[in-house]
Amino acid sequence: MIEATLARSAATARRRLLDICFPVLALGILCAALAALGALIADVWGDGASRLSWDFMTGFPSRRAADAGIWHALTGSVFIILLTGALAVPIGVATAIYLEEYARRGLWSKIIEINITNLAAVPSIIYGLLGLGLFVRALAMGRSVLAGASTLALLVLPVIILSTREALRAVPGSIREGSYALGATKWQTVWYQVLPVALPGILTGTILALSRAIGETAPLITIGALTFVAFAPDGIWSPFTVLPIQIFNWVSRPQQEFQVNAAAGIIVLLVLLLTMNATAIWLRDRFQKKLT
Amino acid sequence: MSASIPIPSLAGIAARGAQPAIQGPPKVQAEALNFFYGETRALQDISINIQPNVVTAFIGPSGCGKSTFLRTMNRMNDIIPGTRVEGKLLIDGTDIYGHGIDVVSLRRRVGMVFQKSNPFPKSVFDNIAYGLRVNNMDGSRAEVEERVEQSLRQAALWDEVKDRLHDSALAMSGGQQQRLCIARALAVKPDILLMDEPASALDPIATQRIEELVYDLKKDYTIVIVTHNMQQAARVSDFTAFFWLGKLVEYDRTQKIFTNPGEKTTEDYVTGRFG
Ligand SMILES: Nc1ncnc2c1ncn2[C@@H]1O[C@H](COP(=O)(O)OP(=O)(O)OP(=O)(O)O)[C@@H](O)[C@H]1O
Ligand SMILES: [Mg+2]
Repeated sequence: MIEATLARSAATARRRLLDICFPVLALGILCAALAALGALIADVWGDGASRLSWDFMTGFPSRRAADAGIWHALTGSVFIILLTGALAVPIGVATAIYLEEYARRGLWSKIIEINITNLAAVPSIIYGLLGLGLFVRALAMGRSVLAGASTLALLVLPVIILSTREALRAVPGSIREGSYALGATKWQTVWYQVLPVALPGILTGTILALSRAIGETAPLITIGALTFVAFAPDGIWSPFTVLPIQIFNWVSRPQQEFQVNAAAGIIVLLVLLLTMNATAIWLRDRFQKKLT
Repeated sequence: MSASIPIPSLAGIAARGAQPAIQGPPKVQAEALNFFYGETRALQDISINIQPNVVTAFIGPSGCGKSTFLRTMNRMNDIIPGTRVEGKLLIDGTDIYGHGIDVVSLRRRVGMVFQKSNPFPKSVFDNIAYGLRVNNMDGSRAEVEERVEQSLRQAALWDEVKDRLHDSALAMSGGQQQRLCIARALAVKPDILLMDEPASALDPIATQRIEELVYDLKKDYTIVIVTHNMQQAARVSDFTAFFWLGKLVEYDRTQKIFTNPGEKTTEDYVTGRFG
């Protein structure tokens, strides 16, 4: 009797130990990851913080590093990403709704699904080449904001479709059934019941996809954004540059002063990214709270 | 009275259906109805006449096809891919699987309360107003409010929720949620109400309220209720249909089913010897 109790408590102790080990290990890994990120940010901050100023934010490119600013690239990035969202989100969400709610399950939908998954994994430079051939040349959009945004829209479309489908799939079937049983049509069910429930997931996926797009350089270089642009874009046909390209441009200069500019540019880009991700989290929490 | 009803043999049931002697046209009429989930035949040659303005209980062991049959009546099974219906199912004399049937308006006329309560993740008010909106029954705001109140009163829920109409429906208790689902179904004024084990997850008091509700509702509605609870079937229903392995074994007045069933299987089931 006593032995049995002791044996059990030994086993319990081992399980307890394991129970403690795992969170400690996970916490360790998390700290390592955060430390690497922290070191990176500290390094960039050390290099570039001194350069951050109102003049830098609102300035235009210049051959003299001290006069050069980032306004044209910042507005270019923001403009491009807004336009990318405006193009990709409606198409992506509509595609996902069609595939998930309307399309008949069969060989075709399987093939489409596999293709979309593959497209999400295609290197971004391939999208750049496609954009160059299709938008810049064939559709004669030139090296414009519209061509850039269209290219990035193609790039993020698979990700938006996949994450929207995932969000739609997570909506319980009982909600759909409840709606149909009241005499709602398919569209009413999707619009009034399914989409509101899926919205937080759709928003999160979309914003994460867009914040990936904002850091993209390769496809935009391919379609020709790496030209010297000395003004902020003033319309969808305007030539443009974006933050990563401006940073790349500065980094590739030999002068030390431009390296400082690059570091300051990176800080601006990071702030923009963090703002977008924070917005994603905020929106998600807000809609989730409304639902429960 | 019940002695005058002839007791057909089991073979006879499958062929022509066991129907208690009733006057007047039936509300729902199934004729040799078969239902398939892919290759699985879940309903076999069901023939039954369900009377208007009475409560009909479906009983039978788990997996015998009660829910499946219930869901053929408002064509909810259409949503499940790979399903197939054979035979006829008439409501007020019209074959609901015939040509030119508008499934959407059929479902408004044949309301359903699900086994597991499924309120929408919206406010109490919006849960009920939704049915009105999708069916273009929402006139003025005042009319909607009136209809919401009326439905909640019918479902014996008004007093509990009148001060929190705009709180989330998910914040209510399980029993309240189930009554909300009943109110939601009533709001669009169906003439048939299908209830799939509406009280299976409720405590005795909530169960009793739902039973009272069913009793009150039958003067305006035709009610079909699935239940595993024999006492409940005996208490609330006028007619009882006993299903077994996808077949309708016996269908008769509830009193007869529970006191003097015509089939040995029925007797074994209602007395708790199997199932
Ligand atoms: N979606 C489905 N796909 C395939 N088979 C199904 C599906 N739903 C039910 N079935 C099968 O059909 C038969 C009847 O199921 P049904 O749900 O109608 O039973 P039930 O009488 O309502 O049982 P319970 O009392 O447990 O709710 C069962 O054998 C079940 O396995
Ligand atoms: Mg069932």
